[in-house]
Amino acid sequence: MSEDVRHEWPLFEVFVRAKRGLNHVHVGSLRAADHQMAVQHARDLYTRRNEGVSIWVVRSDDVVASDPDDKAAYFEPSADKVYRHPTYYAIPDSVPHI
Amino acid sequence: MNGEETFADTIARDHRVEPRDWMPDGYRQTLIRQIAQHAHSEIIGMQPEGEWITRAPTLRRKAILLAKVQDEAGHGLYLYSAAETLGADRGDLTRRLIEGRQKYSSIFNYPTLSFADVGVIGWLVDGAAICNQVPLCRSSYGPYARAMIRICKEESFHQRQGYELLMTMMGGTPEQRDMVQDAVNRWWWPSLMMFGPPDGDSPNSARSMAWKIKRHSNDELRQRFVDMTVPQAEALGVTLPDPQLRWNEERSRYDFGEPEWSELKRVISGDGPLNRQRIERRRQADADGAWVREAAAAHAEKQRSRR
Repeated sequence: MSEDVRHEWPLFEVFVRAKRGLNHVHVGSLRAADHQMAVQHARDLYTRRNEGVSIWVVRSDDVVASDPDDKAAYFEPSADKVYRHPTYYAIPDSVPHI
Repeated sequence: MNGEETFADTIARDHRVEPRDWMPDGYRQTLIRQIAQHAHSEIIGMQPEGEWITRAPTLRRKAILLAKVQDEAGHGLYLYSAAETLGADRGDLTRRLIEGRQKYSSIFNYPTLSFADVGVIGWLVDGAAICNQVPLCRSSYGPYARAMIRICKEESFHQRQGYELLMTMMGGTPEQRDMVQDAVNRWWWPSLMMFGPPDGDSPNSARSMAWKIKRHSNDELRQRFVDMTVPQAEALGVTLPDPQLRWNEERSRYDFGEPEWSELKRVISGDGPLNRQRIERRRQADADGAWVREAAAAHAEKQRSRR
């Protein structure tokens, strides 16, 4: 095949579970031809030192994210709902275990 | 707040800028340039030591060196991943490297003449890299800072394996000790040059520091490296090749001589001992791997169409 035909592999986001009992956490991205290769490359790239016991990969273009410009509209309403927090409620010190 | 105000506020509060935030074009371009240059350095950096993998003196040293060179590849990939969050394309960055439109660290244009060079690279070159990189773990751009945290954890292994290798050689024959001293003599000044030109001659530094991409000046980091390294050289029993190197009681730091800045300029502009060979080797590897990448893509496409 000629040099100018380039087959760029798609981008995958990688999530690693560090140990049982913890969530998978996003660690970075990599390029791979398909999902199977993405998992193998993720093993070589992100878990060379016992960093994980399980890997997820997701095509980057399949990720749907909130818009940073909508941050205020999305997240600020929760700030004025102080009654959602336990410290909002005054309970006498004499009442145990609450 | 509009995008520009939010960005200024994020920097002022020492918070992190994340990929989809608004950022000035100069900030984005500076980061892409710096991260790409850093990624290229890791990838080209596999070559000088990689040459010794088949000639390592024992199986233990070979396994260590192999793991180290594999880490360098990994570091390059973490960094390309960070660059892609800014809208850069990995394939395009590699093309820019091969065509000489983007640079990499000048240090990798020097030859590795003996196995002692493997040790000295770990000790001095990776030591200098650690000095440079630890502050970058607090860089204002989130993905870059996170990549640097990963890298710094692994660099510590690189530096220690190098120093241990040198201690072993220093406990050997007079010829082995001479090899170590010779390697130190050759790598010391290029290592000091890794921090870049002196502050007065580093035009982009001030802006990068204002944006908190960079946290310390070139000269400050160079001084830290010297202060850190001199006691290690003494413990090892080698001499650093600088007649002006001495402890300054008043400053509580070491005084040291000026590197040959014309040499740094020459090596950066492409005229170092091995610039052409390093790029040619990278170009060849890219060309040799092309059919594998194409075959894998074709296989993936076939699997998709069968489903």
